Order: sequence, then structure tokens, then C-alpha cells
Amino acid sequence: MTATLLAVQALNGLQLGLLLFLIAAGLSLVFGVMDFLNLAHGVQYMLGAYLAVTCAAWAGSFWAGVALAVPLAGIIALVLEFLVFRQLYRRSHLDQVLATFGIILTMNEAVRWFWGAVPLRADMPDLLSGSFEIMPGLRYPIYRVALIATGLGVAAVLAWVIGRTRAGMWIRAGATHPDIVAALGVNIDRVFLGVIGVGAMLAGFAGALAAPLVSVEPGMGDNLLILAFVVIVIGGTGSIRGAFAGALLVGLVDTIGRALTTEILKIALGASGAARVGPALASMLIYLVMAAVLAVRPAGLFTARA
Amino acid sequence: MHRMLFAACLAAFATTAPIGAAWAEPVRVGLMAVLSGPQAALGQQVRDGFELGLAQLGGKLGGQPVELTVTDDEMKPDGAVNKARGLLERERVQFVVGPVFSNILAAVFKPITEADTILISPNAGPSPFAGKNCHRNFFATSYQNDQVHSVMGKVAQDRTYKRVFLIAPNYQAGKDAMAGFKRFYRGEVVEEVYVPLTQMDFQSELAKIAAAKPDAVFAFMPGGLGVALVKQYRQAGLANIPFLSTFTVDESTLPAQGEAALGFFSASDWAPNMDNPANKKFVAAFEAKYGYVPGSYAAHAYDTAMLIDAAVRTVNGDLSDKAKLRAALEQAKFDSVRGAFRFGTNHFPVQDFWLVEVARRADGKFQTETRQRVFQNDVDAYAAECKLN
Repeated sequence: MTATLLAVQALNGLQLGLLLFLIAAGLSLVFGVMDFLNLAHGVQYMLGAYLAVTCAAWAGSFWAGVALAVPLAGIIALVLEFLVFRQLYRRSHLDQVLATFGIILTMNEAVRWFWGAVPLRADMPDLLSGSFEIMPGLRYPIYRVALIATGLGVAAVLAWVIGRTRAGMWIRAGATHPDIVAALGVNIDRVFLGVIGVGAMLAGFAGALAAPLVSVEPGMGDNLLILAFVVIVIGGTGSIRGAFAGALLVGLVDTIGRALTTEILKIALGASGAARVGPALASMLIYLVMAAVLAVRPAGLFTARA
Repeated sequence: MHRMLFAACLAAFATTAPIGAAWAEPVRVGLMAVLSGPQAALGQQVRDGFELGLAQLGGKLGGQPVELTVTDDEMKPDGAVNKARGLLERERVQFVVGPVFSNILAAVFKPITEADTILISPNAGPSPFAGKNCHRNFFATSYQNDQVHSVMGKVAQDRTYKRVFLIAPNYQAGKDAMAGFKRFYRGEVVEEVYVPLTQMDFQSELAKIAAAKPDAVFAFMPGGLGVALVKQYRQAGLANIPFLSTFTVDESTLPAQGEAALGFFSASDWAPNMDNPANKKFVAAFEAKYGYVPGSYAAHAYDTAMLIDAAVRTVNGDLSDKAKLRAALEQAKFDSVRGAFRFGTNHFPVQDFWLVEVARRADGKFQTETRQRVFQNDVDAYAAECKLN
């Protein structure tokens, strides 16, 4: 394992982390601000990918596909809010989990029914396809560099909105003292609606960006949802900064862990032992990190609540 | 009111039932495949392939009318057992065709075969049922899983690749695939990487491959895993390293992989381009009816319909004597899409295996095409352990 390879793995970890951040940001705000546990958030990621592919085919351009998919994902989330989520806000977390889990199953089958069970083909724009040589013999895809830049950009914009604007102030205040914010004359329901919509659009954006990389298939958001929950547990609910830190930590630990665990174990266990234990240990790493963080800071790294 | 309805139903039943019975007893087939969830595309191929075969036989098998019951096993072993019981007890089927996945086959194997019902697998071929635990009522029209993987190992050996990088998901089938590859491969295995079944991003593994600079990569990445791996492999600029695989680039994933998979290799007993009249007819009719390129799942299911047809014809539609029926299946002669077809002693086909390569057809669609015959009349490694009769 050379230093270059380690650097490439760090880039990979950063890129996975930023993708996770886009999903976890909305999940964290919805949970932190509204105390609403939305398992159906991963569905928005899947819808983002499917809508982007369909819109791109219709409009003949990758960019148009992404531009159309993001607001559409937001609209679907608002429809779901109106039909289902709204009935759940005052209910227990268990009710919320059950109902939103039902939405996952329903939407996965709806997608399969509408688009078919076969994975869809998602092309990347010519401008960003291909790879370049970052070191002799070691190439890195341009698209992933663009993904990293986009993720950082969105994170910066979000940090500015939450930290510097009036809407951001309401969101921060709503996370800790929703009743007082409502008493001050702010329409807290509308703030909530905005949080749901923006959160869904971020997840949809993540799906649209990931579509050319991963397999666009029914249920593609389910695994990411689990990772996104790990992110917000580590980062602390309701905090964009926490989601950012948690996402990067999970992305880096997962990627570099997968690259290094087997190598390190080889020293202790030999090649065959490492091949047996390594993959299992590598896939556990992020959960070990989560447990460690919870032991030291039970509310996560940057919780919005006091 | 309810009572009247019940009486009406009874009356309707009483009048129609004897008319049905006056004809010859229909051939009752239960088709069990995964038709929902992430793997539904494969089950769909099995169903479409079998139904096409049935349609081409005029809706009859061996000249007898057919009652086909299609069930979704949902990839859940316990649920599949209940559905198998339903097929046996409620539908009283004489044949079960399916399932797609080995773990489902393992669950329904005993209930079906021990009810003296014929079970024909169009895809799953785990080693126990080819060897020690083979059963007189079980047939496979596909292959024993290891055979396909060892084709790739033979190819790597014949092409004198000195260093090969192996990658598979971290579960039993993944480990079996790697073991199958190594059966004929004598060169160096640079690294053997196992990834979680839920993985979507292979960037970490691709960086390892780029650094290791192997002569070839061997991958077993079924379904969506393969779609992601193939796309990312191409994007990472690694396509100059030969990509050998099994169940990673096939007609079920190629629509999503497209150009990214061009020139990648796989192993199979069949490919859509095979040049024989039965296959030409099958592929053309399949695409006309369903609008997509069939994969081996559909081809095996189609052959299964032809196999049952031939056997039922041999016994003149009398399915009561199971020993005669089994003998008829063992000896069945039909026009397989693979050319010749015959069963070995363990009820698995003795057949040729091919190196296939992903190619673009004139109409822009992608399919695998045969490049080279790797094994001729291959018998799987477990057949000797099977003691039938």
C-alpha cells in the first residue's frame, strides 16, 4: 500500500462521504427539527436517480435530467407529506417507522411496476466522462472529481443558509424550541414543509448524481438509508455541521477501512486468515466508530439540542 | 344471501367440472420464480421463456392441455415452502419449474421431490443436488454452478495470464465462484477481494486493481453489483485489463451496462447468437413478444417447456406412472436452443461451455456472443457422487 494509493482511497472516501452528506443532511434536519423519523428518505434518492435517467432521455441532456429530477423529487416528497407524513408528526417514533417503512415497500414496488425490474442505463455527460492520470499508471475518473466539487459546493451553500439567513435561523430555532418559534408568529408548519421539500431535493440530487456510477434499480436507496442513519447518529441530529462531519467520517472510514483492514490483518494473521476475517471486519468498522462516538458523546458530535 | 351465492357457485362448479374431466387429464405445471424485489428481472426471464415455449407448442405439452400456475417466491425460503405446498396440494401439479436462486431451491427441494412431483430447475444448480443429495425427481436444465466459473479459470490458464485479481461478494456463492475459477487456473492470484453484498461503490477495490496491474480480473458480481462494477471499471480507465466474469455481464444487466461492458467476457452454455434453427426461432420470437434480449435464464426455461413436452408425448399423456415419466425425461429428445441436449446420470445436462463476449448488435442492442468452445460434453465434478436408481 503506497502513499499514492492511500491518497486515492482518501479521495474515494471523501466522495462517498459527500454523497452521504447530501442524503443525511435532509434526514438529519427532518429528524432534528420536526422530531420525525422518516425511513422513506432513501426513496427520494432512488426517485432522484430514476427521474434523472428518464428526464435525461426525454430532454436529451444529462444536465436537463438532473435539473428536472431535483424539483420533481421535491414535489413527490410534498405530496407524500400531505398524504402521509402530516398524519404522523404527533405520533410515536414506532408509528412513524412503521408507516414510512410501508412507504419504502410501496414506492420500491411502484418503481418496479413503472420502470421495470431491470436496472436502467444512465449515461454520464461526455464532458465529464473519462479519467485522467493523477500519477503514472494511476487514473481517476473526472466525474468523481466533479462530484467532490459539487458536494463541497452544496455543503457551503447549506452552511450559509442555515447559519446566515433568516430561514436558517428559524430552522435552528425550530430544532430546539418549536413552540416558542410558533409563539413568535413564525409559521412553523411552513418551515417544516420547506425542510421536508429541501431535504428530499438534496437526496434526489444525490440520486441523480450517483445514477451514472451505480446500478439504478428498485430499492437502491435502502442500503444508503442505513448509512445515512449512522451518519446522523455520529454527527448529532438536526445539525448540518454534524451531518457533514459524520458523513465524511463514515465515507473515509468505510473506504480506507476496506482498503487497509485486510492488509493490516495480513501481518497478524497471514494471507488466508486475513482474507477470511478482513472483509467481515471492514464492513463492521463504521458501526464500531459509531459505538465509540456514542460512548464518548451520547448525543453525537454536534447535536443541535442542548 | 350468502347461502344463495354459495349454492350458485356450487351449481356452476358442478356443471363445469365434469366437462373438464371428460377430456384428458391436463398437465398441471407450477412455475415458481422471483417476480418481485430487486431480483425480479431474472424471474421474469424464466416466466417469459417458459410461457413462450408453451405458446409455441400451441398452449399444450405433449399434446395435452396445460394448467400453468405462476407463483412468486419473493426470494424468501420459508414463504417459498408454503407456496410449494400450495402448488402440490391445491393445484396438484405434476411438475414444478423453478426457482431462480439456490437458497430457494434448497428450501423447496425436499417438499416437492418427496411428494413424488417432478422438480426442474431452469437456473439454480448447487453442488449438493448434483452430487450426494441428488434425487430421482429432480432435473436441472441449466448447469452445476461451478462449471461456469471453471470455464473462466480455464480461459485464464489457456491465455497464460500469470497474475489474476479476483473479486466477489462476501457470501457462499461468491466463495464457490472463486473456488470454481481456481480449479483450472494455475497462475498467481494477486489478491482475492470480498465485498459486502450491499456495496454500491467499488472505487476502493478499483484503486487496488489499478495499483496491482494484474494480467486479468475475474469477477463474480450478480445483478446490480455487476452493473455498478462494470460501469465504474470502465470509468476508472481499467478496460485495457481483460475483464473475465460470471453472472456479471449477461442479458439481464446489459441494458443498464451498455457500452461500458463491450468486450467484457463471461461463460455460458448458451448465447443469443448461437447458430441453430431452434435458437434463431426462440430469440426472434422472444424479442418480438417481450421486447428485450433473452438471457440464459429465459433460454433454459424455454428448453424446460420443450423437455416436458417431449416427455409427456413419450408417455402419451399418462402422468400416473412416475417411473415411466422419469425415464421419458431422462431420454427426452427435443430441439434445444443449445443444439444437442442430453442429461447425465445425475439429471444435470452433459453439454458444451463457451467463452462469451459482450457485443453490440446491428440494431444497437447489446448481447453476449460465443467466441470459443472451452469445454466439450462437460460433466460436472459432482456427478460421480450421485447414486440414482
